[in-house]
Amino acid sequence: MIEFPPAPPESQPPYRHDPYVSSRRRAPRQPLISIPQTLSELTGPMYGHNPIGETDNDLTRQCADAPQGERILVAGRVLDEDGRGVPNAMVEIWQANAAGRYRHSRDAHHAPLDPNFLGAGRVLTDGAGNYRFTTIKPGAYPWRNHDNAWRPAHIHFSLFGAGLLSRLVTQMYFPNDPLIPLDPLINGIPDAAARGRLISSFDLAVTEPEWALGYRFDVVLRGRDCTPFEEPRR
Amino acid sequence: MRHIPTASQTVGPFFNFGLTTNAQLGKVAGPEVAGDRIRLSFRVIDGDGAPAPGDVMIEIWQADGGGHYAHPLDEGSFHGFGRLETDLDGCCTFETIRPGRVPGPDGRWQAPHITALVFARGLLKHLHTRVYFAGDPANDDDPVLSLVPAERNGTLLARQVEADAAAWSFDIVLQGDGETVFFAV
Repeated sequence: MIEFPPAPPESQPPYRHDPYVSSRRRAPRQPLISIPQTLSELTGPMYGHNPIGETDNDLTRQCADAPQGERILVAGRVLDEDGRGVPNAMVEIWQANAAGRYRHSRDAHHAPLDPNFLGAGRVLTDGAGNYRFTTIKPGAYPWRNHDNAWRPAHIHFSLFGAGLLSRLVTQMYFPNDPLIPLDPLINGIPDAAARGRLISSFDLAVTEPEWALGYRFDVVLRGRDCTPFEEPRR
Repeated sequence: MRHIPTASQTVGPFFNFGLTTNAQLGKVAGPEVAGDRIRLSFRVIDGDGAPAPGDVMIEIWQADGGGHYAHPLDEGSFHGFGRLETDLDGCCTFETIRPGRVPGPDGRWQAPHITALVFARGLLKHLHTRVYFAGDPANDDDPVLSLVPAERNGTLLARQVEADAAAWSFDIVLQGDGETVFFAV
């Protein structure tokens, strides 16, 4: 049976974080109620029965032409709390284009859409937990959280590991971005080291010559001592 | 050495072109799946009492009618997982079956329930709750419901919609009066 010890509290953001204005009317006021981990929580979806398309992990090849912007590679490993790679983990990403605009009907930022950039991708990790995307570097964009508020460039990540309790949605940031210290979302995480782990690192080993810079972003999902606990039904 | 799990961040308002493009994920059980067919409608309300339009994603995870959670190597067509975004009224509806009872702690059996995860703009990490079925006698000795203060139990009960026995509704109140019970697991 997989064990899911509680995460150190300082390593995760609280629900209510006043600098993030939207949290004020959406964070629960009542404390969470602790419940035991039963089969309902220890099992989880094997999301991704649908076949993954050839260009699903290459956001630069999903349209007729190449998108505008700086092509980048984003690669890393999905690990459990024991540092072991999580195989067959579904990794989904979505992001703004190079100009900082999302392909979403309610994104009103006055920046151009790119007809050659959809901005979403997905991939399953390999047997060692590795994943890799080709995309373009997203732009920063303004939001109305506070006066002159700008989100640092980021890529949204959604992951499923083994068991529902490993479910994670997060954001990957880029190194040396001056907007990061000003951002209420990443700074909702109390622990500085935990914030730092959301910032990808430039990696020459991921970088491809004459092609694209590479960034490394490893993700740790909840769960340890993962062993099979239930026989499949045939 | 223990590795610390990566911190959560909000799904933000603009996730739908990345996460909820596949409306088939609202059809958890097709006609070939055995079981008591239901339509489970969620409505999400924020602290202003307003529906949360289009910027909430709900994922559900449930056992089949026999109380069995899908395994990745199962050959059946029931996967037990659904995912939808809320519409402009803060609602979304899953077509599924009523789950069977699954084992709980200490050899006790749990009442039929569906786990729901709530992702939204404004939530730096997702919320975890359960949907039980009002009127099910098994609710009375469910090992998880029994941990919830009696006056808040009702927030975890889906209600049958009048005039349609297959339709159930469940409000997720994020904050304030009638706030839904959310779990730490």
